[in-house]
Amino acid sequence: MPVYSEKVMQHFMNPHNVGEIPDADGVGEIGNPVCGDMMTFYIKVKDNKLEDVKYKTFGCGAAIAVSSMVSDMVKGKTLEEALTVTPSMVAKELEGLPKNKFHCSNLGAQDLRKAIMNYAIKNKIDIPGLTDKEEPEEEEEHACET
Amino acid sequence: MDHAGAMPLLPEVREAMLPYLNEIFGNPQSLHAWGDGAREAVEEAREKVASLIGGSAEEIIFTASGTEANNLAIKGLARARADKGKHIVISAIEHFSVMNSARTLQKEGFEVTLVPVDGYGVIDPDEVSRNIRNDTVLVSIMHANGEVGTIEPIVEIAKRLPKDGPIFHTDAVASTGNIPVDVKTMGVQALSLAGNQFYGPKGSAALWLKRGVRMLPLMDGGIQEGGRRPGTEDVPAIAGLGKAAELAQKNLPERMQRLTQLRDLLINGVLSGVEHSMLTGHPVQRLPAYASFCLNFIEGEAILMLLNSHGIAAASGSACTSRALKASHVLLAMRISHEVAQGSMLFSLGLDNNEDDVNYVLEKLPQVVDRLRQMSPLYSKYMKEQRG
Repeated sequence: MPVYSEKVMQHFMNPHNVGEIPDADGVGEIGNPVCGDMMTFYIKVKDNKLEDVKYKTFGCGAAIAVSSMVSDMVKGKTLEEALTVTPSMVAKELEGLPKNKFHCSNLGAQDLRKAIMNYAIKNKIDIPGLTDKEEPEEEEEHACET
Repeated sequence: MDHAGAMPLLPEVREAMLPYLNEIFGNPQSLHAWGDGAREAVEEAREKVASLIGGSAEEIIFTASGTEANNLAIKGLARARADKGKHIVISAIEHFSVMNSARTLQKEGFEVTLVPVDGYGVIDPDEVSRNIRNDTVLVSIMHANGEVGTIEPIVEIAKRLPKDGPIFHTDAVASTGNIPVDVKTMGVQALSLAGNQFYGPKGSAALWLKRGVRMLPLMDGGIQEGGRRPGTEDVPAIAGLGKAAELAQKNLPERMQRLTQLRDLLINGVLSGVEHSMLTGHPVQRLPAYASFCLNFIEGEAILMLLNSHGIAAASGSACTSRALKASHVLLAMRISHEVAQGSMLFSLGLDNNEDDVNYVLEKLPQVVDRLRQMSPLYSKYMKEQRG
């Protein structure tokens, strides 16, 4: 088996918050099946807080664990708080990710940002920490060759 | 169910090795009683390996792996002919040891032509002959593919090669000991085999090189293996390889029948029990132990991890399972898309498997697939499209 931390294995074997939100307030899609990992995050926002976070993920064990961890880390948080979550923080919470998988599987935080962006655009609002940052550099983050 | 990855030693093979790890520890090159015992073991093994593939004992060169045998053949045969020409032909689905040996030769000024395969991974013999030029010095086409189990038409390829043309080598690592291999009828001049693919020890392999064919060694050293592969012989491994060859030869028809039966049970069960699954490789011209698939909408590493949690070992050619994070070049050469290749699965059965094992996989695999599809955005997208 790949060398995954216990935490990664826990989240992979028993991922939290899997699913879709049919009437989601924001949806973010990221990845490319060529690279092996794809995820879609769904968010429900109430009073500027992430009332619910769900996702669907196509990918390796790490990608699934990352999605689960991100959903745990941001659920119930304000949008501003959620936007402070970085891939490195996710990896740290997961007690590390294999070096070669860090970029390709660690898309959760970026995808959540995309979902929040989608929500902000739909509602024509500006969220501190969202627009002052560049769009995630998706292409650069992919280690794989297409 | 991952016997292509590793096979348990047969008890008889282990027994055959033990004396050379214990009392008969001599160097086969030594001129005393301890050396004599070791030398006899090596020569007996040479006979048995030769007999398994229909060659002569003096045509067997022991190596430490199938990879080494392939390196020796590709580089050693091509370099010995560099004055005649610098073009070699291999297939697009060769093992990395052949692919990367060819790449090394490219850096030395050789030109390499990759012959494509069809959707089953079969090489068209005419396509090989079309690519032969006056300066082609070596053709290397595998006997059977170790990822999808497809058996290649080696005899037909050999027939179409010009007389006194290029040397024809075949990587028979996946096939030797598992299906009939006979160098007399195959029409090849060199053939690689590995004991760990037929219940021999890891580190036991050989290159069969037809008498009189010139080849340069990869290493400089002493006179072992006729100077073509110098280095003190690994006597226990060679003795184990010999025993494994003897047993494979004796039991081949029975093994093939048993494994084919289990394989077909597994193939039919997966194709009927898992929706959106396809067999990879040729449906009939395939190794008896190989059941390989692509399961849509999900990724191989995740499948392997869940199967492992049920005590099932399998393999995958998905990008995520490879250290290089690249999808299997074999599947891509068969024009399977990156996306579908991500769901690649290989079950390679062994003599220690039985019908209960296959039924257990057929019980657990659909659950694993279903669980991963329930969390796959590709699957939900597909389902939505189906519903219109």
